[in-house]
Amino acid sequence: MNYTNTLKIATNALRRNKFRAFLTMLGIIIGVASVIAMLAIGQGSKKSIQDEMSGMGTNMIFAMPGSEQRGGVQMGNSDAQSMKLSDVAAVEKECTAISAVSSQVSSRGQVVYGNKNWPSSIYGVNEKYLDIRKYALSSGRIFSDQEVQTYAKVCLIGQTIIDNLFEKGEDPIGKSIRFNDIPIKVIGILEEKGENGMGQDQDDIILSPYTTVQKRILSITHIQGIFASAVSEDENDLAIEQLTETLRRTHKIKDGETDDFRIRSQSELVQTFTSISDMMTTLLGAIAGISLLVGGIGIMNIMYVSVTERTKEIGLRLSVGGRGTDIMMQFLVESIMLSISGGVIGILLGILASYIVSSVMNWPVVIMTSAVVFSFIVCSAIGIFFGWYPARKAASLNPIDALRYE
Amino acid sequence: MKNQKTIIEVSKLRKDFYVGEITVHALKGVDLQIKEGEFVAIMGTSGSGKSTMLNILGCLDKPTDGSYILDGVSMGELSKNELAGLRNNKLGFVFQSYNLLPRTTALENVELPLYYNPNVKAKERRERGIAALEAVGLADRMHHMPNQLSGGQQQRVAIARSLVNDPVVILADEATGNLDTHTSYEIMALLQDLNEKGKTIVFVTHEADIARFMTRNVMFRDGHIIREEMVKDRLNAAEMLKNLPVEENGEE
Repeated sequence: MNYTNTLKIATNALRRNKFRAFLTMLGIIIGVASVIAMLAIGQGSKKSIQDEMSGMGTNMIFAMPGSEQRGGVQMGNSDAQSMKLSDVAAVEKECTAISAVSSQVSSRGQVVYGNKNWPSSIYGVNEKYLDIRKYALSSGRIFSDQEVQTYAKVCLIGQTIIDNLFEKGEDPIGKSIRFNDIPIKVIGILEEKGENGMGQDQDDIILSPYTTVQKRILSITHIQGIFASAVSEDENDLAIEQLTETLRRTHKIKDGETDDFRIRSQSELVQTFTSISDMMTTLLGAIAGISLLVGGIGIMNIMYVSVTERTKEIGLRLSVGGRGTDIMMQFLVESIMLSISGGVIGILLGILASYIVSSVMNWPVVIMTSAVVFSFIVCSAIGIFFGWYPARKAASLNPIDALRYE
Repeated sequence: MKNQKTIIEVSKLRKDFYVGEITVHALKGVDLQIKEGEFVAIMGTSGSGKSTMLNILGCLDKPTDGSYILDGVSMGELSKNELAGLRNNKLGFVFQSYNLLPRTTALENVELPLYYNPNVKAKERRERGIAALEAVGLADRMHHMPNQLSGGQQQRVAIARSLVNDPVVILADEATGNLDTHTSYEIMALLQDLNEKGKTIVFVTHEADIARFMTRNVMFRDGHIIREEMVKDRLNAAEMLKNLPVEENGEE
């Protein structure tokens, strides 16, 4: 068989019905474009979550008091007072896979400066907390060891606090703000971080020495959580293991008893969010895939109708010497050409749509090469699969009957 | 007829059709020879077997029994694909309803059979297409679509298509059936001209006056040839055209 001729015959046949060919392709175009765009949007949101999360420090680990048993009575999480400052000291001393550790106590309250006030949270931490949470100082200084020892009334504040309490252009450093009527001096300003992956404002924050918050605000001796940083992301699991071991020992938990604390790591959170976003991507992709399938059925439908409509043409082609295989190839090539050119247009349109979405709606998009390749392969497969049956029907026509067909 | 080569040799040809439990004997043992350069009319009423005969002559259908030798090739043993090759190389078809591809230029329509001949390259295909259109006097219409052509012109395109592969025989099935008298004569004049130049033509018709343009008439009835005769006072279509009263809205 002469492939050039088959190709030419099929092209000519499609050219005779340009508009119909376009409409048939439209199903595939829309299907492919939506697959590409949906996956691009899904991947984009996944990547942006990952970026956000790693901005928060992927090697961050935190421990908080979990439910504990007192004489067989299961206690809730919030009122647990099981974590002590000695735990932090033990972790600092023993856990080789942990590079930095800080205690955390926090309280919510109203912050007041001049005639303005703002509800916010104060976190009692040590100086390593900034490293662990990936905060940076934009001006001022961090509190010193001595200030921690002396329950000094000093703090670092985030941009949201500044925006809500101070006039534009006013330098907050050295000013005294009041948290629940306790005056605290601002000694440093945190660099702006924006929202985190869950939409929390990370700049609505006041950091003070943990001793200050413990003694002057909360009047407690226990701590509410431990923040730590693994030496590296790869050491995360080891760090969690060491932390668990140390806390079980300091809390005197026997083998077989459950922990009275919970440990979460940032990478765990990343995984959770990534898997949610993966699920979304799969869902979007599946919906788009269905439209691609419908497009394929559209091609089959048109090819099928076309065989009936062109019965006389097929009869003529057979009578002038076309063989069954020639006819079959013609229809198959027509269908493959429809689906592949539809696919190519769809891919371009999908990429275009992704860029429009990303620029107009400001959504992050990531165009996956694999999705483009996959769509292309699926299109070719659709062309062959849905074109085969009509093509075979065309090839099996009896030339005499086909010529007489009205 | 002089001592010319035999193009078609049919002997004891039988064709049965099975319609449910009934067997229809369409051809009941037909013998026929057609020599090179003949212009043969196959006549008969509907159901006489003439169409079945044409289908077998055209290698579109196989006989139930008997032999058919076309230009030295016996078709008895040939496969479907070999029959297609035979149609492509040795036969030209002209149909009653022209059967041109719509929205396709006259030239492309004429080129169609050559697309199925792998030995003909694109350039040669074009040249032969143009030559065939010139032979039927439509060189100036080669880029027209069928719907821009009159019935007679469309049939001439179809004749050009049947000529393009230089067949040993042209098979025409009621080729003037859809045309008025004037145009019919034009087509007959064209076919007579081609026949003068040596083309063998088999023309199926039920019109006795059309059959008089040919050299030999073969009459079918009930699956048999009942009469076979040379045409004595053969008509000349070109002359008849001149004598025909001029029509107001004639062709061209």
